[in-house]
Amino acid sequence: MSAISMKVNGKAVCGAVEPRTLLVQFLRENLGLTGTHVGCDTSQCGACVVHVNGTAIKSCTALAVACDGAEVTTVEGLAKNGKLHPMQEAFREHHGLQCGFCTPGMLMAAVDLVNRKGKTLDEATIRHELEGNICRCTGYHNIVKAIQAGAENM
Amino acid sequence: MENFIYHRPTKPADAVKAMKDAADGKFLSGGMTLLPTMKQGLASPSDIIDLGGLGNSGVEVGADKVTVKAGTVHANVAIDKGVKKAIPALAALAGGIGDPHVRNRGTIGGSIANNDPAADYPAAVVGLNATVVTSARSVPGDKFFTDIFTTALKDDEIVTAVEFPVPKRAAYVKFPNPASRYAMVGVMVAELKDGSVRVAVTGAGPKVFRVPEMEKALEANFSADAIGGIKVKASGLNSDMHASPEYRAHLVTVLARRAVAAAK
Amino acid sequence: MDTGIGARVKRKEDHRFITGKGQYTDDINLKDQTYAYFVRSPHAHATIKSIKEPEWAPEDGVVAVFTGEHVAEDKIGGLICGWMIHSKDGSPMKAGPHPILAQGKARYVGDHVAVVIAETKEQAKAAAARVDVTYGVLPHVVDVAKATKSKAQIHDVAPDNTVFEWSLGDKAATEAAFQRAHHVTKLDLVNNRLIPNAMEPRAAIGSYDSGSDHYTLYTTSQNPHVARLVISAFHGLAPEHKLRVIAPDVGGGFGSKIFIYAEEVVCVWASKRIGGRPIKWTAERTESFLADAHGRDHVTHAELAMDKDGHILGLKCHTLASMGAYLSTFASCVPTYLYATLLSGQYAIPAIYAEVDAIYTNTAPVDAYRGAGRPEATYLVERIVETAAREMKIDPAEFRRRNFVTTFPHQTPVIMTYDAGDYDASLKKALEISDYKGFPARKAAAAKQGKLRGIGFANYIEACGIAPSAAVGSLGAGVGLWESAEVRVNPVGTIEVLTGSHSHGQGHETTFAQLVSDRLGVDINSVAIVHGDTDKVQFGMGTYGSRSGAVGMSAISKALDKVEAKARKIAAHVMEAAEGDIEFKNGSFSVKGTDKKMAFGEVALAAYVAHKFPTSEIEPGLKETAFYDPSNFTFPAGCHICEVEIDSETGVTEIVSWTAVDDFGTVINPMIVEGQVHGGITQGIGQALTEGCVYDSESGQLLTGSYMDYCMPRATDVPSFKLGFTETKCPSNPLGMKGCGEAGAIAAPAAVMNAMTDALGVKDLAMPASPHTVWKTLQATKMAAE
Repeated sequence: MSAISMKVNGKAVCGAVEPRTLLVQFLRENLGLTGTHVGCDTSQCGACVVHVNGTAIKSCTALAVACDGAEVTTVEGLAKNGKLHPMQEAFREHHGLQCGFCTPGMLMAAVDLVNRKGKTLDEATIRHELEGNICRCTGYHNIVKAIQAGAENM
Repeated sequence: MENFIYHRPTKPADAVKAMKDAADGKFLSGGMTLLPTMKQGLASPSDIIDLGGLGNSGVEVGADKVTVKAGTVHANVAIDKGVKKAIPALAALAGGIGDPHVRNRGTIGGSIANNDPAADYPAAVVGLNATVVTSARSVPGDKFFTDIFTTALKDDEIVTAVEFPVPKRAAYVKFPNPASRYAMVGVMVAELKDGSVRVAVTGAGPKVFRVPEMEKALEANFSADAIGGIKVKASGLNSDMHASPEYRAHLVTVLARRAVAAAK
Repeated sequence: MDTGIGARVKRKEDHRFITGKGQYTDDINLKDQTYAYFVRSPHAHATIKSIKEPEWAPEDGVVAVFTGEHVAEDKIGGLICGWMIHSKDGSPMKAGPHPILAQGKARYVGDHVAVVIAETKEQAKAAAARVDVTYGVLPHVVDVAKATKSKAQIHDVAPDNTVFEWSLGDKAATEAAFQRAHHVTKLDLVNNRLIPNAMEPRAAIGSYDSGSDHYTLYTTSQNPHVARLVISAFHGLAPEHKLRVIAPDVGGGFGSKIFIYAEEVVCVWASKRIGGRPIKWTAERTESFLADAHGRDHVTHAELAMDKDGHILGLKCHTLASMGAYLSTFASCVPTYLYATLLSGQYAIPAIYAEVDAIYTNTAPVDAYRGAGRPEATYLVERIVETAAREMKIDPAEFRRRNFVTTFPHQTPVIMTYDAGDYDASLKKALEISDYKGFPARKAAAAKQGKLRGIGFANYIEACGIAPSAAVGSLGAGVGLWESAEVRVNPVGTIEVLTGSHSHGQGHETTFAQLVSDRLGVDINSVAIVHGDTDKVQFGMGTYGSRSGAVGMSAISKALDKVEAKARKIAAHVMEAAEGDIEFKNGSFSVKGTDKKMAFGEVALAAYVAHKFPTSEIEPGLKETAFYDPSNFTFPAGCHICEVEIDSETGVTEIVSWTAVDDFGTVINPMIVEGQVHGGITQGIGQALTEGCVYDSESGQLLTGSYMDYCMPRATDVPSFKLGFTETKCPSNPLGMKGCGEAGAIAAPAAVMNAMTDALGVKDLAMPASPHTVWKTLQATKMAAE
């Protein structure tokens, strides 16, 4: 077991993990942050996307030990002081989710996208940037709309 | 995934030593291929030597050469202003690998050391006539990729950087596998500063390969039309449910033409 | 703010999902929980000669290993198929045994052979790899078209691997129609096999409490009551009152979570075997590919007969339907009563005859997947109608219009009585929205860019709200397909609605609350929808077949009628007026011609206080229950128009325009309905362009076993959609609703493939029409021309 510590959603946390423990397992099982989901074994679906040191990664394809000392933000950390993040608001406003399972990853990917590409995003860019996130419910139509609107309000 | 001993050396020499001491060690860079492989039980190394602690990341852009340190993630190559100016084809290639989250984690060193036949970077290394710098030596791009998932690297040798000569013009065009988004075929076309032309193809065969006939034709006349009639042989190309060797061979010509037209 | 019927109310459930507070099965952990991992067959067909455990060391963490022998010891019954189909000769379908852990034989790659229960998930998985199973490999067959002549004999009860040979319609009348035909169009079609891929993999936690001799199962189910009924009555695990099934937040279903699967039953059964410790199982995505019920997999020959003016005289078809290696829960009704009964499409076809052979193959079981039978029917009808129009050189819109059903009710030759619709209205609207007139110019412009542009229609019809119970019973269903609801008004006037429907993305917590808000005039935030727990909800049939609106909400509506009726009586007593003088409007009861008035909440309080009415006549409290059984299926219908552009060099297809005009009857929340349409279309586009399950015929292995090879539609694969609606009310339920969940998936494949064949100028093109397939078609066309 290795002792690791991180700052997760602004809070210092620590834990003992096996080397093989994935970041997503640490978040879900050790910290009880079950908002981050696992939807595949091959790093494609994007349900597990979180931010590590400010950039979006797939937490199912990162070792927890390798993230020792990192700052991690999960979907639980998006809302601040009880106020929803503009991207969360936009997903609700534009019906950008149905079953909700891919949603945490979509939100984290969307916020990362705006951080990288700015607030004015055209449809083609958004669709292209969602290459690493699969949704089975929405047909993406409303996710695209939500991200466009959420970006403007960020 | 099976358990393993985890090392996070901070010096290359320590990484090499840890590998020498390991029963069946593996270097871990971004882990974008290695970790899924281990999760599926297809690899169970005794030791993981994480190169993330080496801090070997960054891009240096000179007048004639772009050096990308091995630990540089694809996203940073894609957005680097110097790379975009010096070798826009390289920035575009890096910006098309996997997806945004993979690009934030995957590294050039990991990609070329793994030598997946469908990876994008091998096309850049060979197509741009790059040199692979390792912990022990420098290897010309043409000699680096030896076979499917196999490179010239010795077991305890680490890629430290890749040096790309700045070409006169180049472009990379990729046809992604519809499911995995890896390159089903990817073609890098580059006219180097000495006037020589390289056409490097990834995804289509067991490893990256060049198309000398196209190179010669383009050296004579750098235009899409010059290679419209040149076909690579289908035999020996990859075959799977997504594409036959014939289709891949056809795509090589189509993408090469498009790359020539887009080269800048 | 309007929160009633027809309002675009934002979803009440969203807050927990966007903040990461959803509670899916895998998010739940019980005290002292163990983990299950399944040993699965690596062979498509094999006898199981022996299963041996190694000597486990303490650090292996193994709690127990169970096999089919243990299942037999405990007399746990096998998985069932709940719909009886009889062959043409009257013989019942041949259902082979389907034990929850294999007994003697494995019949597909991924078949559940044994289970390992261990302290951690990693330990269970590692130990499963060390269970030594000796197999005797048998001949196998994965291709439905080859299965009846294969050496593989999958079930002893089914010679030639045939489950049933069924037919529907009047054969003689249909043959006579073909005799009279001026033109006959023939088409061979393959409806490609699909893997559902809800984003949340299946999961279960089974737990046995020896103190009360009571079982609990948390599971990813679309219908927890049906699961409890089957586990109790057929697996014989425990009587229903000793078994609680909870389906918490469920991350998508699309049909694949209707069924009662082995893994879930094993978890709840084995918990008692290990002394009551809970057992958790969460499928890895690979297991979802291997062992979730798949969809479609039809091979069909169809013929359509026309007179000289393009009026359809008759339709006949023969379909081979793969059932996979076992009959799943509702497998048998999918290629029969959910398929052949829709073969009349939107058209007045005088004679139809369909033959369906259901066949076992050494593949995962095939069952209902979004649309279930109706996409296959629509694909057949709309592909052959489009082909016929082209062959007869009649504009495809005009050809359809000529054949539309225009008077209602309309009795088709294949059981269904269409109750209401206006097919020409949706076609007309779709032609406008899609600018059909402008298509030739767009095609010419595309040609200048080296692109092949095509347009395709799908004028689909479906039967939803699968019911009434007596009707489905007469067709072989083992259950009634009504729905139940309970409306509990609390003393303060807040309301809980307990429904047998289950939401796994459909937004019931919002739409059902809208109905209550609309009917009782109460604040939507004072209404809570409770579902997914057999201990809370009386009974219910669950959510599938686009039934939750038409059937589930109708049950709520009936219960609301009763609540209102009782509240009126109480209000009359309290306000000392005759019941006939009580008016109920905007959430308050008033006495006609006076200023006497009581808010709904005041009446609720009066009902519970029970001071001001005779409790000998009126019981205290305000809580009503209803079971609703509709009088007919519902018939959503519409017109989808797809335009594609194909890069003739690479074979890459881009969907450049999509128009969908749907008639769903009454729409409760247009925002949610549009979302259902978007998602359905995208799944249909997936079937047409990207998705296809491939088993290797040589080895029987599943080649598309991960997202590396099974191509899920991504955001770049689909366009933004242009939607329109027409409305004819459904006469068979009180709300006039028809259902919207499956329409997109039903319409889309035919629309795409009609557009593709138009662009390519070919008659036949296989799904998924991947770039490779398109390129091969282009090559063949070129060679034929040379």
